[in-house]
Amino acid sequence: MRFTRRLQTPWWLPITVPIGSVMAAFLVGAAVLLVTGHNPVDTYIRLFERGFLSENALSSTLRSATPLVFAGLAAAAAFRMRLWNIGGEGQLYMGAIGASGIGLALDGAAPIVVIPAMILGGAVFGALWAFIPGILRSRFNTNEIITSLMLNYVAGLVLAYLVLGSMSPWRDQSPGTTFPLGARLSESASWPQFLTGLPLLVAVPVSLGVVAGVAAWLRHRTRSRTLRVNVVVISAVAVAALLLAGVVADGPAITVPFGMVLGVATAVVVWVLYRETRFGFEVRVISDSPAAARYGGMDTGRKIVVVMLLAGGLAGLGGASQVGDFSHLLDPYGLPQSVYGYTGIVVAALSANGPLGVILSAFLLGGLSNAGFSLRGLDFPLGLVGILQGLILFFAIGGTVLVRYRVRFGVRRTTGEESPEQHEPDGSALAGAGTGGGGQ
Amino acid sequence: MNENIAVVILASAVFYGTPLLYAALGEVLTERSGVLNLGLEGMMLMGAVMGFWTVQYVDGPGWLVLSGAVLVAAAAGAATALIHAVLVITLRANQIVSGIALTIFAGVIGLSSYIGTRAGVGGAPLAHHFRPLNLFGLKDFPILGPILFDQHALVYLSWLLVLAATWYIYRTSLGLRLRSVGDAPETADAAGINVTKYRYLHTVAGGAFAGIGGSVFSLAIALNWLDGMTAGAGWIAIALVIFGFWRPIPVMVGAYFFGGLSGLAFVLQTRQVRLPPEMFASLPYLMTIVVLAVVSSGWARRRSTAPAALGTPYLRET
Repeated sequence: MRFTRRLQTPWWLPITVPIGSVMAAFLVGAAVLLVTGHNPVDTYIRLFERGFLSENALSSTLRSATPLVFAGLAAAAAFRMRLWNIGGEGQLYMGAIGASGIGLALDGAAPIVVIPAMILGGAVFGALWAFIPGILRSRFNTNEIITSLMLNYVAGLVLAYLVLGSMSPWRDQSPGTTFPLGARLSESASWPQFLTGLPLLVAVPVSLGVVAGVAAWLRHRTRSRTLRVNVVVISAVAVAALLLAGVVADGPAITVPFGMVLGVATAVVVWVLYRETRFGFEVRVISDSPAAARYGGMDTGRKIVVVMLLAGGLAGLGGASQVGDFSHLLDPYGLPQSVYGYTGIVVAALSANGPLGVILSAFLLGGLSNAGFSLRGLDFPLGLVGILQGLILFFAIGGTVLVRYRVRFGVRRTTGEESPEQHEPDGSALAGAGTGGGGQ
Repeated sequence: MNENIAVVILASAVFYGTPLLYAALGEVLTERSGVLNLGLEGMMLMGAVMGFWTVQYVDGPGWLVLSGAVLVAAAAGAATALIHAVLVITLRANQIVSGIALTIFAGVIGLSSYIGTRAGVGGAPLAHHFRPLNLFGLKDFPILGPILFDQHALVYLSWLLVLAATWYIYRTSLGLRLRSVGDAPETADAAGINVTKYRYLHTVAGGAFAGIGGSVFSLAIALNWLDGMTAGAGWIAIALVIFGFWRPIPVMVGAYFFGGLSGLAFVLQTRQVRLPPEMFASLPYLMTIVVLAVVSSGWARRRSTAPAALGTPYLRET
């Protein structure tokens, strides 16, 4: 196998790679199932029915996808600067602790006060938890992978301590409770839910895709001004029509949690932030070439802290949504069991760290974990969902190689290994010609 | 005298530090070749489940079954590491993401729990497990007895491996080549060393060590299999490699320091010290952060010991 660096990537490749990764992962997963004596077709049919097709499947999948959007954004926001924040799990717990604490403190206040305060509280707690690895990395160059991961375990223990190990305000202290549980938030701290039909649910990601596509087109192709204006106007009209049609058309009612709406809005904000602002530009420069950033006078250390705060805040929002949308209490059992924070890493990798792609991949992986969770115990192979997630991740990162390099098979592989000195000049000349051809 | 709290903690430092030592020692070999494998946790969990599986389902004399189990665990860890090797060495994928992927794939809710629940591993009492050996009958020797002579066979094996690794890395020509591959792959390549082969071999060897480390958890410490039983030990082991400046003997000291922290938690609990158990449980994680911050702030020293090409794929064409 020979690799030569691509000068230009064909436009279809970044789309094909994630789709191909998912398909390849399912194929290999099928082999694992076969070897261990399961029927793969049968298992996958059950998985998809429970995840996407059966009654209420989409509502439950949106439930699992909501925290994954935030966790995926948290991972993607940091990964974009080659800052390996794998502390999303702990930051999400802290967000849940912050949001539930504020919800309990503001007991009985109007929803218009409580809900924004919970959102803010979740973001701030998550951000503060991420501040620790951020400041250590920026001040002492301490490896943020390990510190952020260690803090996941610590956050899990804090969570356990607040509800199981102490008499904190988070614990339900009403008499007669034998089994320790989180204290329930008042009704006014419950986030709203929306009922919508399938058409609108499809229209939103499609319009986001159109917007992203047009934006990419505007950036990369130099065409006449009128053509560009026309494309923008036509696509704007198309998106508006699409959304309108989605609102008008009715379908089977699907429950959309407020957290999902917030998540999609946040994804758009993060997308704009990284794409259109000076901040985003500096993050790109720092990630591509730290030396260039230094010569350009960018404060890399400060940016590390800011990006970690942003990532932690995003993960914290996911924790807040868990409390506000679903559990309405601090849940020390369910939260660690769902491993949303770690799954967020898979979500980010599958979308190649693109904030809008995070929405789609969160939906797919949310469907998988929803199905895996609800099929648990029903003679359904436990661990299959993790295996599939890991495989998707392997193929997604293996696939990025295709985006960056041209791969050729079998070009004088054996002879090249036997006498590298002799063949190397020949090989690099060939490689040079290859990339030259690709770039034209 | 042997019930002295310091002696008990030191003995448990060795006992609980051993799985960390195996994993970290393997990671030293891997990282010395220039490959960063963050999948230790996943490889350890594979070793833990496969080692336990062997003991539960294979009949035979105890020593034979246990040695077989350790070999199976090593093979499981090595096979898991091979995935990482293909991705990052042949396909030049990002080593950090690939390592995390390895942990997700093999770890909790992944392949190790799939195998564990599918094969019905765990729950039942083990037919054989690693017991303290009472080496040379010196178990009751004051102070040193419980620490040095009352450990199980894998502890003694780990000491041999630490010595062997030190000798290999610093005293053999193969070790010299290994270091050159990790520090300057272009130069090593020009000198006729097969960079790809060295990286593959040492990544797979690191996986085998991590697999053995995982089997220490299930066959010598917990004597049971639980989903996700390593509870972050793989990640602490990665930090240990940094604390130990990529050298086997300092890594061993670090492993026993962290083993001692786990031991401390248990010892204090049995002596009824009234503090939240969560506080003790979080001690190893918090100490990892503190020690890592202290070590990394001495930037110059760290720089001089980390393999220079760590984490970067080697591409001959450029």
